[in-house]
Amino acid sequence: MSATVTSPPAAPPLAGAELALDGVRLGHPDGSALPGRLVLRVAPGEVLTVVGPSGCGKTTLLRTLAGLLPPLAGGVTQDGAPVRGPGADRALVFQHDALLPWRSVRANVELPLAIRGVDRAARRRDAEEWLERVGLAGHAARWPHQLSGGQRQRVQLARALAGRPRAVLMDEPFGALDAHTRTGMQDLLTRILDGTGATVVFVTHDVDEAVHLGDRIALLPSGRILDVPHPRDRAARDAPATAALRRRVLDSL
Amino acid sequence: MSAGSRAGRRLVRAGSLLAALGAWQLLTAYDVNLWLRFEQFPTVGEVASALADRVGTAAYWQDLGHSLRRIVTGFLLAAVLGVAAGTAIARSRWAADLLGPLVEVVRPIPAIALVPVAILLLPTNEQGIVFITCAAAFFPVLVSTRHAVRALSPGWEEAVLTMGGGRARVLWSVVLPGALPGVFGGLSVGIGVAWICVISAEMISGEYGVGYRTWQDYTVVDYPGVFVGMVTIGALGLLTSTVVELAGRRVTAWLPRPAARGAAPRTAPSAPVPAPASAPASADVPAPLPEKEPVP
Repeated sequence: MSATVTSPPAAPPLAGAELALDGVRLGHPDGSALPGRLVLRVAPGEVLTVVGPSGCGKTTLLRTLAGLLPPLAGGVTQDGAPVRGPGADRALVFQHDALLPWRSVRANVELPLAIRGVDRAARRRDAEEWLERVGLAGHAARWPHQLSGGQRQRVQLARALAGRPRAVLMDEPFGALDAHTRTGMQDLLTRILDGTGATVVFVTHDVDEAVHLGDRIALLPSGRILDVPHPRDRAARDAPATAALRRRVLDSL
Repeated sequence: MSAGSRAGRRLVRAGSLLAALGAWQLLTAYDVNLWLRFEQFPTVGEVASALADRVGTAAYWQDLGHSLRRIVTGFLLAAVLGVAAGTAIARSRWAADLLGPLVEVVRPIPAIALVPVAILLLPTNEQGIVFITCAAAFFPVLVSTRHAVRALSPGWEEAVLTMGGGRARVLWSVVLPGALPGVFGGLSVGIGVAWICVISAEMISGEYGVGYRTWQDYTVVDYPGVFVGMVTIGALGLLTSTVVELAGRRVTAWLPRPAARGAAPRTAPSAPVPAPASAPASADVPAPLPEKEPVP
């Protein structure tokens, strides 16, 4: 929680985006639609975790929010304006590293900045800062394949946030990591999100992770929303309200 | 131990080459005639002295320069056109529908059979030879590029799209660099067939060039001269494919490579790509490599 090691982000925080699904039918254009229509509103700056059984459309939901997949019915909006395609406002963090293997770690983090037209020197500086923030300052010149799985996910975090998105959509980003690394990554995420103001939609199949990280939890496929009593508070792990929430989430699966 | 075995292997390689030359020399020096007839065959010594004579003449280097200029021009054209067409076919349904059938119909025609087309279409012989060389190298490059681009992980493109990148950015930052390992598979095959075709084309319609000279020597029954031509072609082929190979390794330095050296079984520095189709699949998907997942 406390930003002991990391410095605060260099630029003033941007307001998080409000994302909304209005009666959306999720699915692929080839016809495999998911049952039911989803109504969901993600408040600016909140962390919404999404849990549900596998195959219930968690990834499809994220890709629809990102604009990579048009909804089969209904509308997706960001701050009230319809989402028509992918854009820099909504960064996507993948479960398996989507780092470009032919770019060094630094060049990967610089990529969103290059796309935004930031000049070379500022790009370099920003990337170094973000790598430092995720604890990989010494790895800037390495290739992605030379890093461990956890390190690669940290680079992905740095890359996603370096573009200063107003929303970060995360698809089980820590799903392939062991329990110890995963806890460390959750704390790191909490730390570096602090001050960015970005809205986060975080998909996970791990109920503990959902209960820990979220301000609210969305249950798929029903779309029911539950409030989290003690968001991102490790000390409250065994609090009665947290335990009750965990039970409710587990029962819904 | 590994150093010793490496020196040992080098010795075996040199020994193999020397043994072949020795056998050639013996068979020809003693005019062996056991169904295979070696009486007319030039000896190693005759070829070597012919080579030494030729190397001293300006004509030899002129021929060499002509052949090199033709192959470099044709090959570079083929590389650019092949990568562009292969990428377009893989990325655009329109390009696939418009170019795909055309490519599949023209591809089986041996490039050297295009000599009449070259003569009809192009004003000079020189351009004809470059055209045939280019046609030969174009298809392996196109096919490898097409497969390599199709094999790219969609996640990379989606990552760039969600950073706000457009089509051009995806092309330059994802598609082309990601396809490079496969493209170089095609270039390796392409430079090989380009040599076959430049030499054949020179034999048919050239003025100057190693192929032309080799055929001239044959028509005047100068067999040592023919062998000098063959040795020259072999050396030039080795040179150009090494250049392609080194360039390929340089631009794909990011590929995970086995750490073991020396002892690792090396199957001829990866130049011969068996089928262009399989090159991208094996070369440019680093994801399924066995990876440990250590705690950072």
